[in-house]
Amino acid sequence: MSEKPEEFWRWREYRHTMPDIDWHEAKMVTAGVDIGSVGSKAVVMVDGELYAYSVMRTGGVSEETAIRVMDWALDGTGMKTKNVHYVVGTGYGRVNVPFAKRTITEIACHARGAHYIYGPTVRTVLDIGGQDCKAIRCDERGKVMSFLMNDKCAAGTGRGLEVFADLIRVPIEEVGKASLNVEKEPPPVSNTCVIFAKAESVALLRQGWQKEKVAAAYHLAMVNRIIDLLTKVGIEKDFVVTGGVAKNTGIVARLERNLGIKPLDPKLDPILAGALGAGLFGKALYEKQLGLR
Amino acid sequence: MQAHYGYKDGSGDYFIIIDTDKCDGCGKCVEACPYGVLELIENEFDIEGGSMARVTEEHRKKIKYTCGPCKPVSGERKLSCVIACEPKAITHSW
Repeated sequence: MSEKPEEFWRWREYRHTMPDIDWHEAKMVTAGVDIGSVGSKAVVMVDGELYAYSVMRTGGVSEETAIRVMDWALDGTGMKTKNVHYVVGTGYGRVNVPFAKRTITEIACHARGAHYIYGPTVRTVLDIGGQDCKAIRCDERGKVMSFLMNDKCAAGTGRGLEVFADLIRVPIEEVGKASLNVEKEPPPVSNTCVIFAKAESVALLRQGWQKEKVAAAYHLAMVNRIIDLLTKVGIEKDFVVTGGVAKNTGIVARLERNLGIKPLDPKLDPILAGALGAGLFGKALYEKQLGLR
Repeated sequence: MQAHYGYKDGSGDYFIIIDTDKCDGCGKCVEACPYGVLELIENEFDIEGGSMARVTEEHRKKIKYTCGPCKPVSGERKLSCVIACEPKAITHSW
């Protein structure tokens, strides 16, 4: 009898509607759709306030994913995509959002979204996505001053963590917490390639290391790589982490420990930063279209 | 804005840095580069629009090699993109 396949990498998709807002009386409804390499996010904003959002995995066809993620965000609200005044697309698949009026790069959107989530004191944004990692410096208005993106290799990204979660058979949501469950930090695995990092992790498991200890070595390697990237653009307070990996406590705690700077706690789900930024740009663009600014 | 295009790998840092505040979108660097590393695009960072230079997607992950011929191991380096840029918006990290 063969075993049923278990998918430890598979993270939960979710959506939410803010109960206190009535969109029927809104002057301005805008949306941001962020089609990432692994996850797709849609937010709907009513007069510049977050109203509804959804997060799901990006499918094989970006256009279909864009429609699905938007429909799901609007699910149960009574609103239709045609009721939204302005949609901005962002992320890797931004050109494949059929109903978007404009596309803006995810770098500008993450800076703008982080500014909305964490407030105007944010100067350094670290976005750790499914397939890349971006270090962004921004000013008090959320405008990008400097950025650096590393998308040549999956080491130091969410996808690398998914692969690792499957290897040690710990659900992706718990992998970060498990990695903190060690007495002493072990030396890191290789951090230049996700395949080598995984191969080294396998070797460590064969040597009899506890999986928590291997997880700590893997997380530390990721953090070292991310810090290399961050120091290139320079770190200035306040520092924040956005993107899906911002939810991994193992990564965030090690960033804090090794950088000596505590990232701000998010008021909203940090995975939404890109889509929120797009929604806010949508509001600005719609105001411009109406001649209000 | 300082836009860093490139990557870091086991052998070092390879970034072409374009200062988009200085870049006026004239396109002289695009003509000057013998290997087609640069291109002009619509500014997607700013809702005001306008055009700006960037490193093409095709070359972004291999500039260590494409830019190699312009970078002799010894002697003076004359990078045609840097010379062509009048507002001095382009720098190389290596």
